[in-house]
Amino acid sequence: MLAAWNIVAVRGRLVAALAFLLVLSACLVARASVDIQQVRSKSGVEAWLVEDYSVPIVTIRFSFDRGSAADPEGKEGLANLMTSLFDEGAGDLDSEAFQIRLDDVGAEMSFSAGRDNIYGTMRVLADSRAEAFDLLRLAMTQPRFDDGPIGRMKSQIVAGIRASENDPNTLASRKWLRALYGDHPYARPTDGTVETLNTITPDDLRKFHRDTFVRDGLHVAVVGAIDAETLATELDRIFGELPESSSLPPIPDVAQKLDQEVRYDYPLPQARLRLSYPGLSRDDPDFLAAALVNHILGGGSFTSRLFKEVREKRGLAYDIDSGLSTSQHSNALMIGTATRADKAEETLGVIRDVVRRMAEEGPTAEELEAAKKYVIGAYAVNNLNSSASIATTLVELQNDDLGIDYIDRRADLINAVTLEETKAVARRLLSAEPAVLIVGPAPKPAN
Amino acid sequence: MAFGENFKRRLAGGLVVLFLLTPPAFSRSETPEQVSNFLLSNGMEVVVIPDHRAPVVTHMVWYKAGSADEPAGKSGIAHFFEHLMFKGTKNNAPGVFDTRIAEIGGEQNAFTSYDYTAYFQTVATDALDEMMALEADRMRNLILTDQVIGPERDVVLEERRMRIEGDPDALLSEEVQATLYQNHPYRVPVIGWMHELEQLNREDALAFYNSFYRPNNAILVVAGDVTPERVRELAEATYGKIERGPELPPRLRPQEPEQNTARTVTLRDERVTLPSFGRQWLVPSYRMSENGEAEALDILAEILGGGTRSRLYQELMVKGDFAANVGAYYNGTMLDETSFTVFGTPRNPADLEKVQAAVMAQVERIKKDGVTADEVERARKRLVRGMVFSRDSSTSMANIYGSALATGSTVKDVADWPDRLAAVTPEQVRDVARKYLEDAVHVTGYLLPAASNQEVR
Repeated sequence: MLAAWNIVAVRGRLVAALAFLLVLSACLVARASVDIQQVRSKSGVEAWLVEDYSVPIVTIRFSFDRGSAADPEGKEGLANLMTSLFDEGAGDLDSEAFQIRLDDVGAEMSFSAGRDNIYGTMRVLADSRAEAFDLLRLAMTQPRFDDGPIGRMKSQIVAGIRASENDPNTLASRKWLRALYGDHPYARPTDGTVETLNTITPDDLRKFHRDTFVRDGLHVAVVGAIDAETLATELDRIFGELPESSSLPPIPDVAQKLDQEVRYDYPLPQARLRLSYPGLSRDDPDFLAAALVNHILGGGSFTSRLFKEVREKRGLAYDIDSGLSTSQHSNALMIGTATRADKAEETLGVIRDVVRRMAEEGPTAEELEAAKKYVIGAYAVNNLNSSASIATTLVELQNDDLGIDYIDRRADLINAVTLEETKAVARRLLSAEPAVLIVGPAPKPAN
Repeated sequence: MAFGENFKRRLAGGLVVLFLLTPPAFSRSETPEQVSNFLLSNGMEVVVIPDHRAPVVTHMVWYKAGSADEPAGKSGIAHFFEHLMFKGTKNNAPGVFDTRIAEIGGEQNAFTSYDYTAYFQTVATDALDEMMALEADRMRNLILTDQVIGPERDVVLEERRMRIEGDPDALLSEEVQATLYQNHPYRVPVIGWMHELEQLNREDALAFYNSFYRPNNAILVVAGDVTPERVRELAEATYGKIERGPELPPRLRPQEPEQNTARTVTLRDERVTLPSFGRQWLVPSYRMSENGEAEALDILAEILGGGTRSRLYQELMVKGDFAANVGAYYNGTMLDETSFTVFGTPRNPADLEKVQAAVMAQVERIKKDGVTADEVERARKRLVRGMVFSRDSSTSMANIYGSALATGSTVKDVADWPDRLAAVTPEQVRDVARKYLEDAVHVTGYLLPAASNQEVR
């Protein structure tokens, strides 16, 4: 009730949606080059560092190579629950003592679980860095997982699950994921269910922590008022005690099931539409060509073909966009929008026409030129515009194995993409029959 | 991956903007470079916030015209007009601005609130002059035809359906706001009422444009890799050439009458499974505040409901262990009387009354026994820390200054905020709670499941 209270209406697609897509198509770079140092601690922990003293802040961000897709079967929600518990007591400090210390030190610490990774971030004023990193080390290496906080976090998560039990969008999403991914872990709810949460014990948490917080697959980025030598020492303090590797089984790849229509009927004023086409992995040689095609089709700006046809010309929707989604085990090109309930079929028709034309003809030379300029220039604006976003970008670059010089090479890589390559990749991705999700009122029976 | 996530983030987008706009925050003492502030000869105000970490700049123009400045019966025109500002001018055809931004690799957007409308671009520093030229051009040279107005009104209607009609939370908020304000135009939603939105036309848009889109009603904020000298030079060559508009009347909106009742607004919806409540009181904004009351309200909200160390969280979620969500909120960055909110959701649907009683008991405890000096100090430190963190993003800084200036504060007010917070005493915090969080005068909103038998008071 609170959030919408002082609603600020925004003209366009919401800013965060853009950021999301750009991070996903994690390719986009800068004229601006960033001076990244590679730091290696005595025990071999590595980090990328951008040293900067203009604001008295240090930001550290890191990721581990496993996320909620690694939840054991029947223990869904484990990764998510675990990440809620790192500020709830560690070492000798119980939950209250830990939080008071964190508040005294003036640090912000947060952990989160994605499907493929667990992320941690700490942001701290430079003059209390040492004490803050002590707390981070304690949280990461000696989390207590006490019964009290576990119960509290479980019941908060359960309340969230209960609160959306009748929410058509949540229910439709769940149905959609099952339709796309079948039995694969990607289809399972990352928050878990009331039943699975109830089965999770402190020992499950300890074991999962031991198996996910490991040096193998750890990637670290640090931005702010700290030098390389100091950081090397800190890296050993924070990460040095973590075990080397995990005993968790590998997760299989999965191809999404295309060519199907999934409906979730509910009397809403709008119909939400999702279309999923084949994607490609980040290390596919055609990835950048696909990112450019996506930008022209429906990504990134107010000038895309879908935006023009669906919104500008016809006023069918407020928000329409497309994005390349690259996960460790599945990829997709997705399109999403919401339109007046009685316009769902018309809108779907317009989208399919735009996609068909792109598959058959590809982009024009002019569109490609403009897209290249955008995708090159927008990198600094979207990915390097604060310490927090630089740290996030540097972790993603490491996760994607793109190399510490990628930001410098990126513009050349993008400029090297040819029109033929974009046409070929458009044909490859967009000729398929997509999976389609429609959430909205049931269609009227034909007479 | 997957739409589940994508979808959530999209919704979160709106909130991100709100968060950035919330509390004024900044300390001169901790600023490496001074924030500059000057007027162009046509009355346009300029704020420059240098930050040379990256060759990027955020360029914003804030108009002191929001939904609360709309003529009666024309709700939604401020926001609808914001959309129309992207439709081309006599010098630049429709789409030119967006195309240039896309080619440069920048971002642009705009947003509308009760007291202001703002337009922004984030671009490489060397494109700043072009952004200023384009933004200055559309301040007076917009061309509006019925061909562009029709489809764009449909877009805004879809926006309303997406944000409000399909979301019981948003529908309730709208009605609570309309109940809290009995006379002031804050009672009308920013996006507008559906029946009035449907009727907005070209004449309404032009009237709004001609009344408010004038240099002497605008604030230019530039944050990033620039110097004040360079900004002044560029601003004089672009915005400075625009003729000063007629003097605008003072922003005197109809004010609230004396309020004497406790009102409840209840929405039942079958999508709701977990009930929740929120209670709001009218309180002064920073502009209206006297004797540090706004600062005391910020500290009060932080002590009562700001994060895991707050009283509500500790008492209802840790010691009490029966709430799923609780908090308190004060939005001081408004021109006129604003609101103070407490809210709560139980873990067990049957416990709504218990949660509400416990939240109100914490409010009563502060009114009766006050708060400690230690609590005030911790709250102050958290608020000031949040503002140092804001300096990490030029866009956040531009938003903080723009929203403050558009709601009657000055650059000095923003810079002095930490010092004024430091002057707040525990007694002042108790006193604003006593004075404003009245037992018998407030609005309480309930979001309840459709088939609930629950009785609420």
